[in-house]
Amino acid sequence: MKNIKVLGAGCANCKATLKLIEDVAKAQGVEVQLEKVDDMVAIAGYGILSTPGVVVDGKVVHSGGVPSREKITGWL
Amino acid sequence: MSARWLTATALAAVAWWLAYTHLAGFSDAVVRLAGVDPATHLGAALGFFVYESPKVILLLAGIVFLMGIIHTFVSPERTRAMLSGRRLGIGNVMAAGLGVVTPFCSCSAVPLFIGFLQAGVPLGVTFSFLIAAPMVNEVALTLLFGMLGWKVAGLYLALGLGVAIAAGMLIGRLGMEGYLEDWVRALQNSRAGGQDADAPMSWPERIRAGLEHDREIVGKVWPYVLAGVAVGAGIHGYVPQDFLAGFMGKSAWWAVPAAVLLGVPMYSNAAGIIPVVQALLAKGAALGTVLAFMMSVIALSAPEMIILRKVLKPRLIAVFVSVVAAGILLVGFVFNAVL
Repeated sequence: MKNIKVLGAGCANCKATLKLIEDVAKAQGVEVQLEKVDDMVAIAGYGILSTPGVVVDGKVVHSGGVPSREKITGWL
Repeated sequence: MSARWLTATALAAVAWWLAYTHLAGFSDAVVRLAGVDPATHLGAALGFFVYESPKVILLLAGIVFLMGIIHTFVSPERTRAMLSGRRLGIGNVMAAGLGVVTPFCSCSAVPLFIGFLQAGVPLGVTFSFLIAAPMVNEVALTLLFGMLGWKVAGLYLALGLGVAIAAGMLIGRLGMEGYLEDWVRALQNSRAGGQDADAPMSWPERIRAGLEHDREIVGKVWPYVLAGVAVGAGIHGYVPQDFLAGFMGKSAWWAVPAAVLLGVPMYSNAAGIIPVVQALLAKGAALGTVLAFMMSVIALSAPEMIILRKVLKPRLIAVFVSVVAAGILLVGFVFNAVL
């Protein structure tokens, strides 16, 4: 099972990203372990410059803005 | 695929231009249809509203779309690479300039701040970026241009950049690195260079990014624009001419500091504040006072201080606020004295 973390402290786009990943995973029937990281120190530790960021299995795959559906499907 | 996108964009541009150039006729027609005499207070207010609000929203949609495309060329990562290891001076000038065109959201201020320091961008240069990015942005400039003309927009651009450059240089000179929070200090210059190659994008993708930016920004600010224009329309229609000249005019020296202080607790975006500002100006408020108020509302906000407190010790926050406030005061006074 993939572990997906959404990095971002409470911005509107972060919530939208979290929800979108949930939706896509459900639509695809893929089970994922979804986490929300809102601690600034932890976020900075991933080395992203703009939130929301997305981390799949420990690897940063996206930062800045809500990712597209196609992109999310690619991760899953 | 590519050709279809480009044709659609060109058609949209033509439609945009037609709408933009026919606004006056549209507004007259609406006032006439409403059966209101344009010479009355209500007529003046209504005419102002139905002319200004579509104009400003059209302008915003156009400029924000273009900025969305520009953003696909200037990512924060690329900006960071350009600023890494720059010296004070030239570094501050570049940082302020890049702050205008790099995508920035105040909710990312902290990761961006840390990411810059990690990659060896000097503290003072990082501050120039952080001051310019929210203050001098396309929404503020578009509204100023649309409602007050290119001269005021140009002045705002130049002075905003000036404040960001000077404040960043001063903070850099003061050597305040010791007032970063300790965990941030430990991360400074810790990052090896390299990577961050942006994936190449096709034009349809860039155009889509522009539309996405429109949806995100214009979709968010339009209610503020309408509310701002509505308040502005009320002021236009009902507040007597020169009513404000007494306490917001040039002769009141204390008006500039009062405007800056008043701006700090207010947290609004440019979209809501500029239509009101335009109306205040029309009723005799001085341009310097009003610009100082605007800059203060946008650049110095209490919520942003709270976010920055996570990475800065109180003393550095205090220096940051006083330096920026001093810069804004200077802008206000100079404007009132010169114009």
